[in-house]
Amino acid sequence: MAETTGIKDYIKPENLVYKKTGIMTDNILHYCPGCGHSTMHRIIAEIIDEEGLQSEAIGVSPVGCSVFLYHYIDIDWQEAAHGRAPALATAIKRLCPDKFVFTYQGDGDLAAIGTSETIHSCNRGENFLIVFINNGIYGMTGGQMAPTTLPGMKSTTSPYGRDTRQMGFPLKITDIVATLPGTYYVTRQSVHTPANVRKTKRALRKAVQYQKLNKGTCFVEIVSNCPSGWRMTPVEANKWLEENMLPYYPLGDLKTPSEETSQKTNNPE
Amino acid sequence: MERELRLMKGNEAVAEAAIRAGADGYFGYPITPQSEILEYLMEANPYQTTGMVVLQAESEVAAINMVYGGAACGKKVLTTSSSPGISLMQEGISYIAGAELPCLVVNVVRGGPGLGTIQPAQSDYFQAVKGGGHGDYHLIVLAPSSVQEMADFVGLGFDLAFKYRNPVMILSDGAIGQMMEKVWLSPYRERSKTVPDWATTGKLPSRQRNIITSLELNPERQEEFNRKLINKYNEIKEKEVRYEEFQCEDAEYLFVAYGTSARVCQKSVQIARNEGLKAGLLRPVTLFPFPSERIGTLSGRAKIILSVEMSSGQMLEDVLLSVNGEVPVYHFGRMGGIVTTPEEVVDFLKLKIMGG
Ligand SMILES: Cc1ncc(C[n+]2csc(CCOP(=O)(O)OP(=O)(O)O)c2C)c(N)n1
Ligand code: SF4
Repeated sequence: MAETTGIKDYIKPENLVYKKTGIMTDNILHYCPGCGHSTMHRIIAEIIDEEGLQSEAIGVSPVGCSVFLYHYIDIDWQEAAHGRAPALATAIKRLCPDKFVFTYQGDGDLAAIGTSETIHSCNRGENFLIVFINNGIYGMTGGQMAPTTLPGMKSTTSPYGRDTRQMGFPLKITDIVATLPGTYYVTRQSVHTPANVRKTKRALRKAVQYQKLNKGTCFVEIVSNCPSGWRMTPVEANKWLEENMLPYYPLGDLKTPSEETSQKTNNPE
Repeated sequence: MERELRLMKGNEAVAEAAIRAGADGYFGYPITPQSEILEYLMEANPYQTTGMVVLQAESEVAAINMVYGGAACGKKVLTTSSSPGISLMQEGISYIAGAELPCLVVNVVRGGPGLGTIQPAQSDYFQAVKGGGHGDYHLIVLAPSSVQEMADFVGLGFDLAFKYRNPVMILSDGAIGQMMEKVWLSPYRERSKTVPDWATTGKLPSRQRNIITSLELNPERQEEFNRKLINKYNEIKEKEVRYEEFQCEDAEYLFVAYGTSARVCQKSVQIARNEGLKAGLLRPVTLFPFPSERIGTLSGRAKIILSVEMSSGQMLEDVLLSVNGEVPVYHFGRMGGIVTTPEEVVDFLKLKIMGG
């Protein structure tokens, strides 16, 4: 019998092209296949790792599909009530000013139930980072309409499509926070293609570095997908995202620190 | 450092005591009759002296969640409000109880329901003592009846909160918050330099990551957690019951009253005794844990027990459970922001003695 090569023959250092990020845990991600949350988790873990922030980071996870974020990234975590992550982060950063504090929130969490906390923490210029995952839908509860759901888009609570006369227009909360003097860096990115993943990683690294300056809130929106809630395959979902979400939520920086509106430190010292 | 004697409002005493107790942070939103607490702290500006953070939040919802964030970092944090604001905080308080975080919440109660009145009441007893938010949990509830206790219970509250990793509520009312009395302030305690090992302070290589959460989707593990909480509450019931007795030794007519009503009832006891009625007062200092056993014992000698409270009869239910049908128990108290007078209490007692 002819000898066959087995998998062991390939596991050699010289063949290594990809490896697990050091501070991702071994827990199996619970996300649906193709979901942007998993990609974004990895990017955050890589940045924390590469920037050497593990021992300084305190993350706040939301209520939403990413509620178990604390299972996946090996740092200290607080799990907030739905929409309240920025309130927690406000206190964490004010009481522990040398820590790197960030929240991770979905669009229902950040732009519906938590709108007040979002606006006011950004308005006070709290010195933490907000990572905002906009998938246009409530993933965790089974695909209901979110404040960000596109006009005409179907969800379980807009089964005939979002009728803007009845249900209002999609809320561009990122545009709103960019107008507030308290925000320092505001950007909108996506993770639906490898090129966008790289751009997002660059933007997130910038946000993390800006955050260290304590000059106001950094806000990174990720236009993401929800294949399950959208009732699409992952490939269809990413195509749909590009054709429908991006025209409404165009990618790019909304506010960069060179602008004069950027606020000074709110540290009383 | 020496203790210091001052003339202060109950609300101001809370604020000053928080600074002196070594609090790390205060988060609040204005509401009558307790806005002096935030105002006092803003003026005192303790950030410059002790490093204590004081922040006016955008709502009570935000304030209590800031408390969550601070408490989860192992810090000594508090918030204060009055009834409508405390209602808004209930979700957050439930999360804090579920995550087993220590913190202090002060409720300077006003009459309700709804926007109600800004005058004093004791109508938030159920909310404070039976849970308040969703899920199976209890706060440790302290009921001050003087400006002195408003100050003292801040330090005590923090100690109990950290000892049991449980939120503590000071259940006061508009009368105690607003009245001025002499108060001995404790010396300054330094803010703690260490934090408990469960706190989120950044994961060091020497330890596992700390996760503060109240979420557990596995029913067996959630039930196990519920049992753990029950055990904690049982330990609290065993060790932390506090009450004060006033002429109870031979009392045939026992008033049970806390806070402002207890002040009123002290006078009622004197009036009744002057009229030859052997009255006494038991004042619960902790409302959870409730001094049930002591009330049960005192009921052995009592002919009538009156639960006197500025509500439609809430503590009454705990008194009834303590007495277990052995003696007639009645409720008396004014509502709507009206403070009961001592004479009214005695008149009501006499009516009941005559079988009215
Ligand atoms: C007070 C409260 N209201 C409602 C819910 C139910 N709930 C859980 S997650 C969620 C929406 C999540 O959507 P989103 O924030 O967009 O995150 P996604 O799941 O899409 O990532 C809702 C409404 C809750 N947990 N708490
Ligand atoms: S429901 Fe949507 S957001 Fe949630 S894991 Fe699945 S695809 Fe992702």
